[in-house]
Amino acid sequence: MSAASTFVFPHRHLLGIEGLSRPDIEGLLDLAEEEVEISRQIEKKKSSLRGRTQINLFFEASTRTQSSFELAGKRLGADVMNMSVANSSVKKGETLIDTAMTLNAMRPDIIIVRHHAAGAVHLLARKVDCSVVNAGDGAHEHPTQALLDALTIRRNKGRIEGLTVAICGDIAHSRVARSNIICLQALGARVRLCGPPTLIPTGVERYGVEVFTDMRRALDGADIVMMLRLQRERMNGSFVPSVPEYFHYYGLDREKLSYAKPDALVMHPGPMNRGVEIASDVADGAQSLIREQVEMGVAIRMAVLEALARRLPNG
Amino acid sequence: MSLSSASRLHLKNARLMDPVTALVSPGGVVVRDGLIEGFGAELARGPVADAAVLDCGGALIVPGLVDLRAFIGEPGEEYRETFRSASLAAAAGGVTTVVAQPNTTPVVDDPAVVDFVLRRARDTSLVNIAVAAALTKGCRGQEMSEIGLLKEAGAVAVTDGDKPVTNAQVMRRALSYARVFDMPVIHHLEDPDLVGQGVMNEGEFATRLGLPGIPTAAETIMLERDIRLVQLTGGRYHAAMVTCRDSLDVIRRAKQAGLPVTCGVSINHLTLNEFDIGEYRTFLKLNPPLRSEEDRLAMVEAVAEGVIDVIVSDHNPQDVETKRLTFAECEPGAIGLETMLSAGMRLVEAGQLRLSRLLEAMADAPAKLIGLDAGRMAKGARADLIAFDPEMPWVVEAAGLHSLCKNTPFEDARMSGKVTMTIVAGRLIHTYR
Repeated sequence: MSAASTFVFPHRHLLGIEGLSRPDIEGLLDLAEEEVEISRQIEKKKSSLRGRTQINLFFEASTRTQSSFELAGKRLGADVMNMSVANSSVKKGETLIDTAMTLNAMRPDIIIVRHHAAGAVHLLARKVDCSVVNAGDGAHEHPTQALLDALTIRRNKGRIEGLTVAICGDIAHSRVARSNIICLQALGARVRLCGPPTLIPTGVERYGVEVFTDMRRALDGADIVMMLRLQRERMNGSFVPSVPEYFHYYGLDREKLSYAKPDALVMHPGPMNRGVEIASDVADGAQSLIREQVEMGVAIRMAVLEALARRLPNG
Repeated sequence: MSLSSASRLHLKNARLMDPVTALVSPGGVVVRDGLIEGFGAELARGPVADAAVLDCGGALIVPGLVDLRAFIGEPGEEYRETFRSASLAAAAGGVTTVVAQPNTTPVVDDPAVVDFVLRRARDTSLVNIAVAAALTKGCRGQEMSEIGLLKEAGAVAVTDGDKPVTNAQVMRRALSYARVFDMPVIHHLEDPDLVGQGVMNEGEFATRLGLPGIPTAAETIMLERDIRLVQLTGGRYHAAMVTCRDSLDVIRRAKQAGLPVTCGVSINHLTLNEFDIGEYRTFLKLNPPLRSEEDRLAMVEAVAEGVIDVIVSDHNPQDVETKRLTFAECEPGAIGLETMLSAGMRLVEAGQLRLSRLLEAMADAPAKLIGLDAGRMAKGARADLIAFDPEMPWVVEAAGLHSLCKNTPFEDARMSGKVTMTIVAGRLIHTYR
C-alpha cells in the first residue's frame, strides 16, 4: 500500500490553507498524484465516494472550478448536484444560513461552496453536519487553487522547497494570492509579490514576503511567475488608470519574462485576460503551465474529496 | 414609613467616594424631592427626620452614569429597542441618563418629534432619557435643522448620530449657528470616500481575513477638518468617538490651543481590538471599526490623562436578521448599556485607570457637556445614584441581558464589578438579586 492510500487528513472541512500543516498539504499532493493516474486511464473511476452526495453550492458564477469539482466527485463515484445561485431561493431573499440549513436537511456528505463574501464558507460550515470545502470566499482563500498550483510546480520542478515564486497583479482582491502565499511558504518556497501599490493590500509584508512594484526586479531570478486576473471593474481609473498602462508596467510579456530564470515557468489561475495581465504568446508559450494547472485541478479536488470522505461517519 | 410616602430618603450604611482624593469611606446620602439634600460621613447612620431608610449594607454609592450615545429604535424600529427596554438595560448597567440618538424613523429633526420622544420616554422609561436632535434635516448632511427650536423643545445637543456631515460648508454654518444657542455639536468622524467598501480596521489582520479595510485616516482627516472649522467659528464641538492615536494628537493640539473641543471614546474601543473579530464574528463589527491593540492602549492612556473626556456605550441594538449574515454584509453595532461599567472595570483592574476617573468619564464629564446637573455627588444635584460592587464577579449571558437585541461583544465574558442598586430621582428602580 502506498503512503497516499493510508493518508489521514486530520480536518473535517477544507476552509483554507491557513491552519494546514506541511504534512497535511504534502499528504494531499501525494494522494493527488494517484488521482492524476486515474484521470489518465480510460476507465476514470474510483469508488471511494460511492453512495455519497456532493452538493456544489456556487453563489458566484464559475465555469472551471465548478466543473472541476463536479468531475472530481463523479470520478470518485459520488452523486453530484450543482446548485447555482441564478435558480435558487437566494434570489428570493433567503439568507445564507437558511440555505445552509435547508441543504443540510437533505443530508449531503460534502458541500462545495463558493461565495462572494469573505468568511461566508466558515459561517456555513458552522451550521451544517457534513464536510465543507471552500471553493473561494471573497478575497479570503481559495485553498484548492493553491494546492493544484503546488502540485503543478512540484511535478515540473521536482520540488517546491527553495524555489522563488513571484505572484504578480491584483494581490489586494485575490483569494488565490492569499492561499498561495500561505501554501508556498509552508512548503519552503520564497514568495515575492508584485503589483501597483493600489493593488497591494496593507500589511501584506507581515506574511514574510518581499513586495515589489517593479515587475522586472520582482521577476529577476524567479523560478515561477504566477499571474493573477485583473477584474474588469478595476481597470478604468479606480485602481489602475487604464488597460494599456497596466499592461505596459504589469502585463507579462516576453521581455519581462526574460528577467526570470531561463527555465522559469508561467502560471495563471484563469480565466485569463489576454493583453491585460498576460501576453498571448507567453500564455501559449513553451514556459506556460496554464493548461496543466487545469488538469491538476481535477486531481487535487479528487484528493481533497477522498481525504475528507475518509473521515466521514461510516467512511 | 414606606419609601413612597416619606418626603426624604436616607441611604444609610453606605460607602462614599471622595471625587478629588478618590478615597472611599463610610457615609450616607439624604435625598429630597429627587435631589441630593446632603451626604457625608455623619449620615452613615440615622436617624434622619421624616425619612424612609434604605440600608445599603456597606455598598459603594456613586453617581449614576450618563451615556452620551445610545441608539434606541423608538420611534420606527421598536423591534430593536424601545425606551422601556433600553431603560431596563440602562438601569441594570447603572446608567441613569441615556442620550438617545436622532437616527430614528422619523429622524429627530423636528421640535414635535423631540416632544414626542420626551413624553414617550417620560411615560415608559425607568431612567432619564435626553435627546440629541439632528444637526441637519433628515441627518442627510445638507441643510441645517432648527437648532434653536430643537433646543427649546428640550434637545441637549445636535448631531447626525452615526452619519458624518461631509459638506464642510454645512458643518461650518452649523457650528457657527449653534453658538448662538450654546448647543454642543457632536460629530461622527468618518470620511465615506476613504471608508469605501471597508468593514474593519485596515491592516494585516484585514488582509488575512480578505476583508476590505478602513484606514484610521478616514477618521483623522475628518477630525482635522472639523478643528479648522472650530477655529473659524468658535462653535462648541465634541468628537463623538475617536479610535486611533493620530486623532489624539489632533485633539491634544486643539485643546492646547484653547479651542472649545472635547471628545469621546466607546467602551468597545477601550476594551477590545481588531483581533477580537476572530473568525468573522459579526457582533464585533462596529462603526468606527475596532482598531489595533496599540491604538486601544493609546485610547486608555488618553482617558487617564483627560485628553479623552467622555466614555460612551455606543449602544446599538441589531437583531438576528441584521447580524446573522456574512461579516461584510451585516450591520455594524453592539449593545453596551448594561455592560459599560463592568467592562470599564477591566481597565481599573489592569491598573490603567483609576475608578474615580472611569466614573468621571462616564458620569460627570458627559453630564457637564450637555448641561445636566447630574453625574456628581453634590448638594442640589439630581439624586441619580447607583450602588456598585467593584469586585462582584459575573458572566455576561446574552439571554439574560435586558436589551431586546442580544448583540453583545462580551458574550460569555467574565466581568468583575456589578451594579446592585439603581436610584433615579430618589426612586429605587433596580436591584440586583
